[in-house]
Formats: sequence, C-alpha cells, structure tokens
Amino acid sequence: MSTYPANYWYTKEHEWVQVEGDVGTVGITFHAQKELGDIVYVDMLKAGAPAEMGKRIGEVQSVKAVSDIFSPVSGEILEVNAALVDAPEILNQDPHGAGWLARIRLSAPQEIGQLMTAADYQAYLAEET
Amino acid sequence: MGERIRKVRGHVSQNEPLLFELSSPGKKACQLPPLDVPSVDPAAVLGPAHVRGEIEGFPEVSEVEAIRHFSRLASWNYAIDLGMYPLGSCTMKYNPRINEKMAALEGLALAHPYQPEPLAQGALEIMARLEAALAEITGMDAVSLQPAAGAHGELLGLLLIRACLEARGDPRKKILIPDSAHGTNPATAAMAGYSVENLRSNPRGMLDVENLARVVDAGVAALMITNPNTLGVFEENIRRIADLLHERGALLYLDGANMNALVGLTRPGDTGVDVMHLNLHKTFSTPHGGGGPGSGPVAVMRPLEPFLPVPRLKRTPAGWAFDYDRPRSIGRVRAFYGNFGVLVRALAYILACGADGLRQATLDAVLNANYVRQALLPHYELPHQAPSMHECVFSDARQARRGVRTMDIAKRLLDYGFHPYTVSFPLIVPGAMMIEPTESESKRELDLFIDALIAIARETEEKPELVLQAPHSTRTARVDEVTAARKPVLRWRPSPP
Amino acid sequence: MWAFLKEDSSVRYLPHSVSERRQLLEACGAASAEDLFAHLPADVRLGRPLALDPGRSEYEVADYFHARAAENLTGRPCFLGAGAYYHYRPVLVETVVSRGEFLTSYTPYQAEISQGTLTAIFEFQTMLCQLTGMDAANASMYDGSTAAAEAALMAARITGRQGVVVARTVHPEYRQVLDTYARNRVLEVAACGYSPETGRVDLDGLSRAVNDQTAAVIVQSPNFFGLLEDVDAAAEVAHRHGALLISVFTEAVALGLLAPPAGADIVAGELQSFALAPSFGGPYAGLLATRERYMRQLPGRLVGETKDVRGNRAYCLTLAAREQHIRREKATSNICTNQALVALMATVFMTVYGKQGLRELAAQNLAKAHYLAGKLPLRFCGPFFNEFVAQARGRSPDALNQAVLERNIIGGLPLGRFYPELEDCLLLCATETSPRAAMDAVAEEFGHG
Repeated sequence: MSTYPANYWYTKEHEWVQVEGDVGTVGITFHAQKELGDIVYVDMLKAGAPAEMGKRIGEVQSVKAVSDIFSPVSGEILEVNAALVDAPEILNQDPHGAGWLARIRLSAPQEIGQLMTAADYQAYLAEET
Repeated sequence: MGERIRKVRGHVSQNEPLLFELSSPGKKACQLPPLDVPSVDPAAVLGPAHVRGEIEGFPEVSEVEAIRHFSRLASWNYAIDLGMYPLGSCTMKYNPRINEKMAALEGLALAHPYQPEPLAQGALEIMARLEAALAEITGMDAVSLQPAAGAHGELLGLLLIRACLEARGDPRKKILIPDSAHGTNPATAAMAGYSVENLRSNPRGMLDVENLARVVDAGVAALMITNPNTLGVFEENIRRIADLLHERGALLYLDGANMNALVGLTRPGDTGVDVMHLNLHKTFSTPHGGGGPGSGPVAVMRPLEPFLPVPRLKRTPAGWAFDYDRPRSIGRVRAFYGNFGVLVRALAYILACGADGLRQATLDAVLNANYVRQALLPHYELPHQAPSMHECVFSDARQARRGVRTMDIAKRLLDYGFHPYTVSFPLIVPGAMMIEPTESESKRELDLFIDALIAIARETEEKPELVLQAPHSTRTARVDEVTAARKPVLRWRPSPP
Repeated sequence: MWAFLKEDSSVRYLPHSVSERRQLLEACGAASAEDLFAHLPADVRLGRPLALDPGRSEYEVADYFHARAAENLTGRPCFLGAGAYYHYRPVLVETVVSRGEFLTSYTPYQAEISQGTLTAIFEFQTMLCQLTGMDAANASMYDGSTAAAEAALMAARITGRQGVVVARTVHPEYRQVLDTYARNRVLEVAACGYSPETGRVDLDGLSRAVNDQTAAVIVQSPNFFGLLEDVDAAAEVAHRHGALLISVFTEAVALGLLAPPAGADIVAGELQSFALAPSFGGPYAGLLATRERYMRQLPGRLVGETKDVRGNRAYCLTLAAREQHIRREKATSNICTNQALVALMATVFMTVYGKQGLRELAAQNLAKAHYLAGKLPLRFCGPFFNEFVAQARGRSPDALNQAVLERNIIGGLPLGRFYPELEDCLLLCATETSPRAAMDAVAEEFGHG
C-alpha cells in the first residue's frame, strides 16, 4: 500500500514536489512508477537549466514506455539525482524518497498554491482508475 | 496436459557459442584466387597512418565451423516455413520460392544501378511493369518504388503532402492520426516536421466522423488513416471522410499495411485517398528475413505526381529511361531506385497470382480471420463487434480476472508451437490480442491454432501458473528485458585475462 | 460478383480445397463469400476484375524474368563502383540466408523463438564495432544514404544545433537524400568544396564553414572519387566548434585494410559489398555506429545481451523506448524495419573471410586498382583505395565507354552528371574480380584518344 507524504504537493501528471525554504525536490509518484513498470533509464536536463511550471524537464524510460517529466514548479535546476544513472531501479523502489529526480531553486513559490495536496491527489487517483 | 499439445514435440536443440568464442588464430573459410597483377604494399601506397592494425577479436573459423554455426542458430528460429504467425497487420503469408530464384538471376542480380540505360532495359521494364500493376491494384495514378520500407514510404507520403500544400501557398502544420494507428504514423509525421493530433475512435472502433468534422480546420494538412483499421474493421465512412478533408483543403493519407483485406475488392484511389504506401513484404509476399528488407512503394493521385522523387521512369523511342528533369520533385529519399531485389519478388508474386488469384487471396484471408473469430468467441472477449475483415482483435479481459494477461497467453502459445499474435496493440484495446491468419493457412493449421488458444483459456481457469510461467519448452525462457535496457550490452568483448 | 474460384482454377499459394472453404464458410454462418462482405458499402466496391493478366505457372513466371534478365547486359567485366561494388560472393552466404528459418522468420520481438536471428545480429553489431572502432552499432539501416542522413539527425539531437556541413566529396546521391531529410526538420545543410589538385576536402574551406551552430561535419573516406580523406583533421575542425564528426563509407571492403577514423563520433556506411551483388541498387543495408556516450541516440533496432529467467545467456531487442512503437511522435526516428537478411548476408561474408581474409581481400582490391590506375591519366593525386578518377583525352567519356563496350567491357562512370567541372573525367573501380586482360583493354582505349 502506497503512502503519499502529506507534506508533498502533487500534479495531475503524477509529479510531486517537496518544498524546504526556496528549494523544491521533485519526483514522480508511486502511481506513476507502477504504470511505467521497471524503470530502465532516466534523462533529465542538466544542473543550471531553467525549469518552468508545466514544461518538460526530462523523461523516464521503462522497457515498454517513455514518460515526459513536467516540472511542478518554475526556477533553476540545482541538482539532478546522480544515483539514478547507474541504478534507475531506485526510482521504482523509493519514488518518494531516494528516487527523487531534481532539486530546483524556486523562482515563484506562490505556484505551490496551484498544486494538489496528498488528499486531493489520492482522490484524483481514485477517479482516474 | 501433454496430449493437448499436438503441433510440437520437444527436440534436441544444440548449444552454440558466439563466433568470437569459436575462433582460433589463423583459421579462415575463404580462399581468393592469386593476383594476376603485382601486389602493392599498403603502407607504401596509402601511407602508414592510413593502414590499420589487425582487426582485434574478429572471427577466425573454418568453413565447416561457419556453416555449423549458422545452421545451429537457424534451428533456434521459428519461421513461416515452419508454421503460422498470427501477427495482426503483419500479413505473414507464404514466401514463394520462385520469387527467390528470380531475384537471384544473374542478369538481374549483377545489374549495376549506374549501367547505361540501354544496357538495363530488363530492370527498367520490371520496374515499369510493377508500377503499373500497383497503380491498377490501388486505383491510384502514379507509383514510386523508391522507399525501402513501409515507414520510409510513409515519410515520402508526408513529404509529398507537404510539397503539394506548399505549392498551393497553404502549408499547414498538423497531421491527424487515429489513436489506433501504428506507431510509425506519428513518428513519421514528426520526422516530416508536422505536429500530431490524436483522434479518438468511436465505440464501434471506427473513426468518429462527427468528431473529425469538428477537428478538421485550416491548420490540418492531412489525416493518416489505416483501412481496414488496426481492429480489422473497414472504415465504412471512408468516402465521407475523404470528402470532408478535401472540402477543407486537407489530404487523405492511407497506411496500406492492411491492403491484404482489399486487393481486388476495393481500391483506395476510388474512395478518395490522395496518397498511400504499400508494404511489399506484407501484402505482396516478399520475405521478412528476420526483420527486413522490405519495400514501401508510394502511390499517388495525379495532383501529387509532380512531387514524386527522382528519377521517374519514362518511355522513349529507344525504350525505358530515367527522367531526372522533375523540377517540383521532393528530391530523393534514398540513393539509387528502390529495393530492386524486393521489387522482383513482388512482381513475380503478382504475375503468378494474376487478377483472379489476387482477389481469391483476399477472400481467403477474410474467410480465415472470420473462421478464427467465430471459433474463439466463446472463450475470449471480443471488445468490438463490427465485422472483421482480414484480422480480428480479442482482449484478455476474461483471463485477466485470473491474473493472466495477453503477454502470458502469448508466451504459452509458444509451447503449443505457434508464434504469438500481436500483443497489446492496438493501444485502444487494453490487453489486446490481434490475430491475422492470412490466406496461407490451411484449415488444419487454423484448427491447431484455435485448439491451442482454447486449451490456454482452460489452463487459465484450472492451472494459471502454467500460463503465467510460460514458455516452458522453448530454448530460452522469458528473457530479462529490464536488465538488457538498464545495462545495455550491445557487443561482445573478450573476457579480461 | 465476389465468389470463390471454382475448383479447377488452381492458385497454388492458397491451401483451401473447395470443400474446406465450404466448411469454413459454414462455421462462419455464411452461405457464400458475399456474406462475409455484406457490410462493405456499395460505393466502395470495385465493380470489375483487376485489369491484370491471368495468373501464370511457375515456369511461365520464370520465362518472363529470364527474358528480362537477358535484356540487361551483365556477366562482363565492369568498372563501375560509385556506391555499388562487384565482389566475389562466397557460396556460404546464399546457403545460409536461403534457409527458411532465416528467410521466412519475422522480426525477433519474441526472443524465445528468435535466438537465431538475435544471436546473428549481436555478432553483426560486434563485428561492425571491431571494424569501425566504434562502441555500439545498430542492427542496420535501409542503406548507406539513409544511414548518413539519420546520422545527421542524430547529431542534431545530441548537440541541439541545426547546422550540417557536408563535403562535396560525399556521394552526390547521399547528399541529395540528406537535403530531403534536412529540409523537413529545419536543418541547414551547407556544402564544403574540394581541392582541385588533391580531390579531397578543402580543410580551410571547412574551417570557414563550421561554426557554433554546426551539429555535424560529414566527410566520406574513401571519398566519392576513391581518395582517402584526412578524417582526423576534419574531426579536429568539427570538435573545435563543439560539432560532431560523421564519417561515411560506401565501400565496406576498405574497412579490412584502412585505419578506422579515430576522430569520428558517428560512422555511417553502406554494407552492400559484404552482402550481395549490385542488384540494380537494392536491397542494401546501411550501418550506423557510434561511441558509447551517444548509444541511446542511435535510431533503429538494437540487440542486447541478457539472461533468461533460468540464468542462461540470451539475446533480445533492447532500448526499444527510442523507437516508434513506444515513443510514437517523440521517437528518435520512424524506422521500423532493419535490413535483417542483408545484414545476415554481411555477417556470413565477414565470417567466411575472417580476420585475415578481409585484409587479403582489401589488399587484392588495392593491387588491382593501382595496376589499372598506373596506366591511366589520373585527375587527382593522393592515396586511393579501389576507385579513382581518370581523364578521357581526345574524346568524350561517353565515346570512350562506347569503344570499351565494343570490347565487351562496361567502363567507368562519366562524372559530368554529378560534377560539371569534371565532365571530361570518369570514375573507375577495380576489384578482386577485375581481370587483368580487361584492365589492359581499358588502358588501351584510354591511350587511343
């Protein structure tokens, strides 16, 4: 059974962001990794690249599918999770923790207001499936 | 359980290492005649910097080892010669051997693409004859034999559309593609520089014409349609669809992958199609060869003819010639003229079948698909009830209740001696099982296939793990595709000492 | 109107007897063939038979093609190259590929019953890496011309840039294909000229043409004129501006003797020489190979090594997430087919010749071409492999070829059709198959001008 951390914010495209100060850590949800299947490759924009809310910042590949990752927030990419290069399976094992994709310095923190809470997201999932 | 499997019995399958693991220094399988001219020292003639060292790790085996190696590898393959491939939209029909012999005739195989045209009249006549036959079969005005494969033909088709609309001063940006389409369609549209808009199918599995009418605006260059569609269902509104597009200045592209349901019965050119491609390796019996070569000729109506690739064939008093003077041509999509060896095979097939034989093949293809459909109806879910043409699409919905999915059923089919049907395509049918027998299958083979699927349906109820862990009797079990993609090993390397 | 044929019309590719068809129809609940098509609208039905000849027996089909074959002039010494080459073809190539398990098998999506094809492709990929010095090679492209075009698109994806600089000494038809592919992806293709003395890329001109918007520089070696380019120098120019170097070849036999291009990032080429006779231009097989770091940007099929669930070594198609059937409009390319059977021909050829044989084969080509070239007025100076450009003196290249033809030999390619500035020249190719007597005859005709 998956738990969606209560202090994270969620998007309709199944990304999450966890905010501390002006830095957001971004990833994909448990639901997303389950849909994709075994992740084989993660390809994100580099540190220093700009991120824009709703725009593509990378992609995640499984054997049978590819999914674009859309940034939940705008700002600058500070860091990309290097551990996923050699071990993309971490994304399946711990999508809300060790499987984070990128850290972004927020340029517009008020954007968080447009995202879903954990409760909203789970309700959204129940509707979708 | 064992007595249910009638088509195959286990056999001894030999192990065989890779060529590099078999090699031994100094072995070779060839011998060249001695030089009748003085030899030259490569380093002296080319400069030492241009001469390579030894080709490290390259195979060194004798002729016997070579033939055994490839023969053992061959024994690990399934093939049409061994039995049915019920793959939807692949049209895995018999590959007539006379076609192979004809393509290998020295006068055809040894012809150089640049030999002077008066010395290549045989080759040019073959191409002209095939162009004419395909034009008659499709009901279109002109044919280019240049594309090397279906997807290549699709690309050419879209380039022609682009050229035509640009010449009208009205270049447009969008291509409409049904959500049931083969993946090459949107990939090709993107390669041709278009954006793609997906169209939903209606509940009957056909293109929703009302929705289409809403969606076709002045930005739409064309609709790419497959007919019959990937559900094996004839798009009965094809004329209306064509008219609608033409009224709004857009064009209709037909993906001809499913022509095997149409040859001799209906012609795309008569139903409003502007441009289409054919797959000679599907409808016209040329062999798949493990993945190619194919050939994807493109047929067009007259308005698109000026844009066809160079060169075109033209008739002169001295015979056939290539015409390069085509100022509006889109250029070339490949060097030379087309997969000529494949063209020979396709023409041989058409000549052997003749008009009646081609139509008969279509009738049998549709008959076989419907026979399989009615036999499997009690056992598998048929999501779309519209009449099937040459293929039918079931789903794994009933079996999924026991945790068995289409891929598992497919893998269990291997134990019954069959290649699986097309798994999980089209995408609009969850758990799809897409079956196209083709006209090449006898009643006996069809019955064995039907019996196998019925047996698997029963196994799913009684002993699902048999299906879930299949295949059990093939040379390899299911392979680890995940590790293959995570840590790709795309070549052999010698083990470190 | 649409009735099944009567029993005595034999169409031997169709297995049903009249009574079997009746059984199948009954099982479908249909009384006749018409019933199966009742749903087809009247306005789409073809109201007449196809206007094609009646079907022929196997023997009549053979007659037709024998007659066509006789209308082509072949079986004589021929000095044409220019992207399609005459080489001896070991009998084993035909023996292996005419096996039904290779000829009539499908794309190896179901790995459990396709290990023959998959293993052979893995060997093919390996051998091409060994020959080209690259780390990853795909399972073949349609041909050399489309491989070169796809290499350019690949470089554009990798660098994020739009410009391509291509040498005029790359095969003219390859450049035409590149133009067609580039036009629709908004790539800008610029040509770089060659030195009139050496017939090779003008490196100064190249330096001026390459800038920080260039995705790739494309050179061919041996080039269209048969001359060896300084690929590493071109690579240095490309890399200085952050562009990739794509090295193209049309004559695979050269790989047996010539040093692989160390500075290349992508190699694209034509494998016809290893596979089959010129066959009037196809089907051929193209090669696309690259360095490890660009591996995931390779279009086309790739075979990878893995294990099955019992722990045995096995092969499978991999990295499919690049391909059209998954990515659809975001695919690296729309390519679906690879030229599997042609690639298998090349694999058998390379196996039969092996490490020593390929070198010997290339050395024989070198010797033959240099023998002939030694007797002819060469247009360019500089090292060449098995092709070279010679000048016709005193008469046109066409007149020269006519004289050569009267001696039952097909001469070289008059270059005026591709290079107006070389309209008095011909491109000649001599391979291990070229008889000395024929070369002597050609040399005589050149001297008679």
